[in-house]
Amino acid sequence: MAEPILEAGALTMRFGGLTAVDAVSFTAMRGDITAIIGPNGAGKTTMFNCITGFYRPTGGALRLFRDGTPVDLHRLPGHRIARAGVARTFQNIRLFPGMTALENLLVAQHVTLMAATGFGIGALLGAPGYRRAEKAAIAKARHWLEATGLVDRADDPAAALPYGQQRRLEIARAMCTDPLLLCLDEPAAGLNPRESEELSALLRSIRDGGCSLLLIEHDMGVVMRISDRVVVLDHGRKIADGTPAEVRADARVIAAYLGEGDEE
Amino acid sequence: MAYALQQLINGISLGMIYGLIAVGYTMVYGIIGMINFAHGDVFMIGAFVALISLVMLVSGGIMDGPAAILIVLLVSMCVTALYGWTVERIAYRPLRGSFRLAPLISAIGMSIVLQNYMQVAQGARVKPINPVLPGGVTVLEADAFVVQFSYMQMLIIAVTLAVLAIFTWLVTRTPLGRAMRACEQDRKMASLLGIDTDRTISLTFVIGAALAAVAGTMYLLRYGVIDFYIGFLAGVKAFTAAVLGGIGSLPGAVLGGLLIGLIETFWSAYFSVQYKDVAAFSILAITLIFMPTGLLGRAEVEKV
Repeated sequence: MAEPILEAGALTMRFGGLTAVDAVSFTAMRGDITAIIGPNGAGKTTMFNCITGFYRPTGGALRLFRDGTPVDLHRLPGHRIARAGVARTFQNIRLFPGMTALENLLVAQHVTLMAATGFGIGALLGAPGYRRAEKAAIAKARHWLEATGLVDRADDPAAALPYGQQRRLEIARAMCTDPLLLCLDEPAAGLNPRESEELSALLRSIRDGGCSLLLIEHDMGVVMRISDRVVVLDHGRKIADGTPAEVRADARVIAAYLGEGDEE
Repeated sequence: MAYALQQLINGISLGMIYGLIAVGYTMVYGIIGMINFAHGDVFMIGAFVALISLVMLVSGGIMDGPAAILIVLLVSMCVTALYGWTVERIAYRPLRGSFRLAPLISAIGMSIVLQNYMQVAQGARVKPINPVLPGGVTVLEADAFVVQFSYMQMLIIAVTLAVLAIFTWLVTRTPLGRAMRACEQDRKMASLLGIDTDRTISLTFVIGAALAAVAGTMYLLRYGVIDFYIGFLAGVKAFTAAVLGGIGSLPGAVLGGLLIGLIETFWSAYFSVQYKDVAAFSILAITLIFMPTGLLGRAEVEKV
C-alpha cells in the first residue's frame, strides 16, 4: 500500500526572475487521491504543468513509478510522458471541440490503435487486427461514457455539450489513455453542489479502479471529502503535507489562507 | 448551349487538378497554421517524376495504355511523397518553435530551391510527351459544334474522385485521420494524449505531396507539356482555391478548386484568354472582401 506512484524531488520552476515553484518535494502514494491546495498564485498549476510535460522544470526531479521501476518524467518529451502513464485535465477545458464525444475518447487511444494496426497501414487495408482493435477501443470508450453518464451524447460534437458534461468528458478522455496517474486541474470549478457531489463519487470510483489521482482543487468540500493526502503550497513552497484533518489544523495553512500574521 | 457544356467539362477537369493541390495547402495550414509555398513546386516535382517514369515505361517499350498510367501514378505518388516528407523535415520542422514568419520564408526559399533543382537536373526547356490516351466520346452535336468528352478528362475526373474518396475516408474514419484532426484542433493536447505530433505533421505533408503528385501526373497527361516553372502558377491558383473555399476546410479546397477551374475556363471561352488569371484572382479578392473566411471556412471565434 505504501508504494509511491510519483515522487517530486526539489522540483523548481523559474520564469525569468520569478520562482513559481521553489524546491518542492513530495511523494504521492499508489492508490491514493492526493490533493494539492494553496491560495491563488501558489504555484499549483505550474507544478502540474511540470508533471504533465507542459513545462520542463528548471531544476529537480520527477519520478513516476511504473511497476516499481522509476521513470524520469522531467527528461521525457510531452507525448512520452502520456505514454508513460500520466493523463491530465485542464482548468479551462481542452476538448477537441469539432469532434464528437466518442471521437474525443478514440483519439485518446491513438497509441494502442496505431500499434495494433502497424502504424495505420493496417487501417488502410482494413486488416482484421485493426477491426478488432477499433472494436476494443469503442468498447472502452463506451465504458467511460457510461461511467460519466454521457452515453446518449456520444455522437454530439464536444463543443455542444454543457459545461458539466464537458468536464466529465475530459475526465473520460484522460481515463481512456489507461493512466497510472490522473492529474485533475480544478475538476470541480464551476460545478453546482449536486454536480460536484457526482464528481466526488466518480473520482472515488476511478481510484477504486486502481488509478492514482493527483488533483488541484479550490473547493475545500471536495478536497476534504475525497482526499487521502493533502499537500499545501504557498508562494511556491510546500508549507504542509498530511491527511486532510492534519492539514486543516495546521497553523501555517490557516495563516496562508486567511492572510493572518505573516511570520516571515 | 453545346459550347457551354464543353466548357463545363473542361472546367471541371481543370478544377479537379486545382482541387487536389489545394487540399495539400489547406491540410498543412490546418495543422500547423502555415502556408506551404513550396507546395506548388512539389506538384511540379510530381509532374516530372511522372514524366520520367512514363518515358521509361512507354519509350522503353515495357508497357502502354491504362496500366502504364496506373504505374506512373503510383511511382509519382511515392517519390513525391518522399520529397514532401524531406521538405518538412529539413525546412520546416527545425523552425517550428520559431517566430511565425520563419517557416513562411523558409517555404519561399524551398520553392526556389525545388524550381532551380529541377531546372538544373532536367533542363529549362519545356518537355512534351505524346498523348497517352487519345480520343474521347462525342457527347452532343449541335449547331455544327461537337461536344467532346475526352478519355483523358474522364480519367482525370475518375481518378480525382477516387483519390478524394480514399482521402476523405482516411481523415474521417481512421486513427491517423483522427490524430490529424486532433493536432489541428489542439496540438499540445494531442501530444498530452500520447500522439506523436511531429510524426502526424510529417504524415500530413506526405499525404499532401501524394495528392499533389496525382495532380501533377494528371496535368502532364492532360496538357502534354511541362517545365520546371509550372508549379508557380498552379500553386498560386490552388492556393487561391484553398482560400476561396475557406482555408483549413477540406471540402472547401475541392469546391474552391472547381470554382477556380470553372471561372478560368468560362472566362477564356466567353471573354478573353489573356485575362483569365485576372478573372480568377479578382474573384478571390471580391470573395475575401465579403466573406473573409471563404465559402466553407469557419470564423475564428475568440476565446474569452
